[in-house]
Amino acid sequence: MVDKSLELFDPGHRACGGCGPALAARLILKGAGRETIVVSSTGCMEVFSTPYPETAWRVPWIHSLFENASAVASGVEASLKKQGRSEKVVCICGDGATFDIGILCISGAFERGHDITYICYDNEAYMNTGIQRSAATPYDASTTTSPAGACSFGNKLPKKDMPGILAAHGAPYVATASIAYPADLMQKVERAVNTPGPCYLQVHTPCCTGWGFDGSKTIGLSKLAIETGLWVNFEMVDGEVTKAKKVVRKPVEDYLKMQKRFRHLFKPVLQKDEIAKIQAIADSNAEKYGIDIRV
Amino acid sequence: MVLNIGCAARPGKAGDNKTGSWRVFKPVFNQELCKKCGLCALLCPEGCVTVNDEEEYIPDYDYCKGCGLCAEECPADGAIDMVQEEK
Amino acid sequence: MLKITEGSHAVAEAVKFCRPEVIAAYPITPQTHIVEALAEMVANCELDSEYICVESEFSALSACLGASAAGSRVYSATSSQGLALMFEVCFNVAGMRLPVVMSIANRSLGAPLSIWNDQQDSISLRDSGWMQVYAEDNQEATDLHFIAYKVAEDHDILLPAFVCFDGFILSHTYEPVDVPAQEEVDAYLPSFKPYQRLDAADPISMGMYATPDYYMEFRYEISRAMERAKEALKRAGREFDEEFGRDYSAPVEGYRLEDADTAIVALGSICGTVKDAIDEMRGSGRKVGLLKIRSFRPFPDKEILKALDDVSTVAVLDKNVSLGSGAGGALGLEVKDALYGSGIEVKDYITGLGGRDVRKRDIANITDLAESGKGDMYYGLREEVL
Repeated sequence: MVDKSLELFDPGHRACGGCGPALAARLILKGAGRETIVVSSTGCMEVFSTPYPETAWRVPWIHSLFENASAVASGVEASLKKQGRSEKVVCICGDGATFDIGILCISGAFERGHDITYICYDNEAYMNTGIQRSAATPYDASTTTSPAGACSFGNKLPKKDMPGILAAHGAPYVATASIAYPADLMQKVERAVNTPGPCYLQVHTPCCTGWGFDGSKTIGLSKLAIETGLWVNFEMVDGEVTKAKKVVRKPVEDYLKMQKRFRHLFKPVLQKDEIAKIQAIADSNAEKYGIDIRV
Repeated sequence: MVLNIGCAARPGKAGDNKTGSWRVFKPVFNQELCKKCGLCALLCPEGCVTVNDEEEYIPDYDYCKGCGLCAEECPADGAIDMVQEEK
Repeated sequence: MLKITEGSHAVAEAVKFCRPEVIAAYPITPQTHIVEALAEMVANCELDSEYICVESEFSALSACLGASAAGSRVYSATSSQGLALMFEVCFNVAGMRLPVVMSIANRSLGAPLSIWNDQQDSISLRDSGWMQVYAEDNQEATDLHFIAYKVAEDHDILLPAFVCFDGFILSHTYEPVDVPAQEEVDAYLPSFKPYQRLDAADPISMGMYATPDYYMEFRYEISRAMERAKEALKRAGREFDEEFGRDYSAPVEGYRLEDADTAIVALGSICGTVKDAIDEMRGSGRKVGLLKIRSFRPFPDKEILKALDDVSTVAVLDKNVSLGSGAGGALGLEVKDALYGSGIEVKDYITGLGGRDVRKRDIANITDLAESGKGDMYYGLREEVL
């Protein structure tokens, strides 16, 4: 067991107040422990935590490019193996770096079976460049490249199933987590880094600036994502779902109406049909992962 | 300070950036009402809430950005108040 | 030990003796024989390396970056499109000051697709912060690897290096090559000591970003290291000579240049053909010599000026073209810069692109053109298809 009281991510970083990814970084390091080498992709977290020389990272950390963290991690892991060293190699990358531009390198690293843990902090758009749509952006979210407008409800495409894709690569452990449940998140990180082979963890990290909500509500909103079934916390071992967090589901409106990115679904007129489509996504998630507690 | 080769640096310098200056609202911790659950320290995105020798949770105002997450999530009614910063 | 071997295999042998701890490679013609040979050595336990079969050249160099940062000596090889795919990582490796060594079996860049030789690939990375040395023959291609590692890993330098040798012309040609013994290489090339590395016992952050307050200074530091690399290359070349009896101490090398009126300046395997052409021209009384450029980055401008001080005409052969610069290749442009104000007439000839043969009579024709003041042109175009 790692000592989860350790603080390995320093204050003084430049994240927005109430930043979900900043909290995720702290919790991930608590779960991974001091004997960890972090590989970051270009993105919000990289930028807010490492303007030279003010690094917030108390563990060894490396950033190379946007799309190559898992390839860099492959090299780090190979080098450690050759040197007989035992540090854990953990990638921490945003959803753009993971779902979109980095998927070739991730696929390669997972196929080769490197002993790395790849953690995606998923804030569901390219926040560092100004809230553009990624393949992780949920249906109907308004972003700067999928704006809602007179003839658009925002992002037209569903979220890509990255956990499924990486489970299909034969990853021994794939899980999702949320900053709303810190103990669960830390425990999953610890399990992933201690599972030999390539493991994937996708962490829901609301972005107050990108999604349009007050920073004090970051945790509350993360919880609502789970309670509505729009985010499911689950674990997959050797490709099989072994555990999923069960909830008494709330209607998706409860989650959507708190965020500016979905405001067009409520004003100037209530878009019942669109909200019904999002409810159907939650229903399908609930069905797929069996999360409903029947009351 | 002489540049370190390859734009690399050792830990310890992030603290030079006192993000407390960003604050508009300030969390005021009322120790009498605190239930010592530690949620404020666990959930702070800055990691700037610490416990002192008297087991009191104390925010570090040098870094606290005043996001209000601790006050929002605190299960003890009134233990953390957000008050307008006076500068 | 002298043996008849393919260029790629000689290079692979050299790399093996450098004891890289991590190799990451992806196949591309004409480089592939090198990494195939290395894979075979690993499979036969002749080489104790972590060999990563990556899914792209982009990942090959990214993995090398990671392994180098973690403290290992690393190796990769590529050509052409592979190097182009590495473009972004190349700048990153140099900026992070990681001493990666990579062989480039030079090949043209598409479109049109061409697997054949020119030097457009490595030349296009001239501003990336990598040292670039070019081999005339397979002996030199082999030897330059030892020198490249030695200089790259020097804590006063810490720059990555390309060892360039012409695809097919050298990579697939069998020549006698004196491949040194492991003990000899060990005596010349010390084991890798990283300047800094990722290590939980002593954490650092690598690859941070620089605000406008710092960025220029970091780039300037790379320039200064490149400047220091000039002397380091000479020193490593001299030490190599002492150990192995082959002298690579000079960044440029003259051939029959002492009394020459006209000098040809060239890079890579074409120098061999030029030497033969010069011998023939000398036979008919013409005062022609060659200045071979071994180190293109750092660029030996002062040495070039000194070596060409007494000639009146210079013909530069460029197996690359800087499109949009007129008929200028990178080498021609830089030689003109080095000789600026000297009064020496410099003409550039774009030749041998995409595997077009350059023969002795072409060298003689180019010499004629230069001496009659005609140049800055493509040489050897098939006018009938234009």
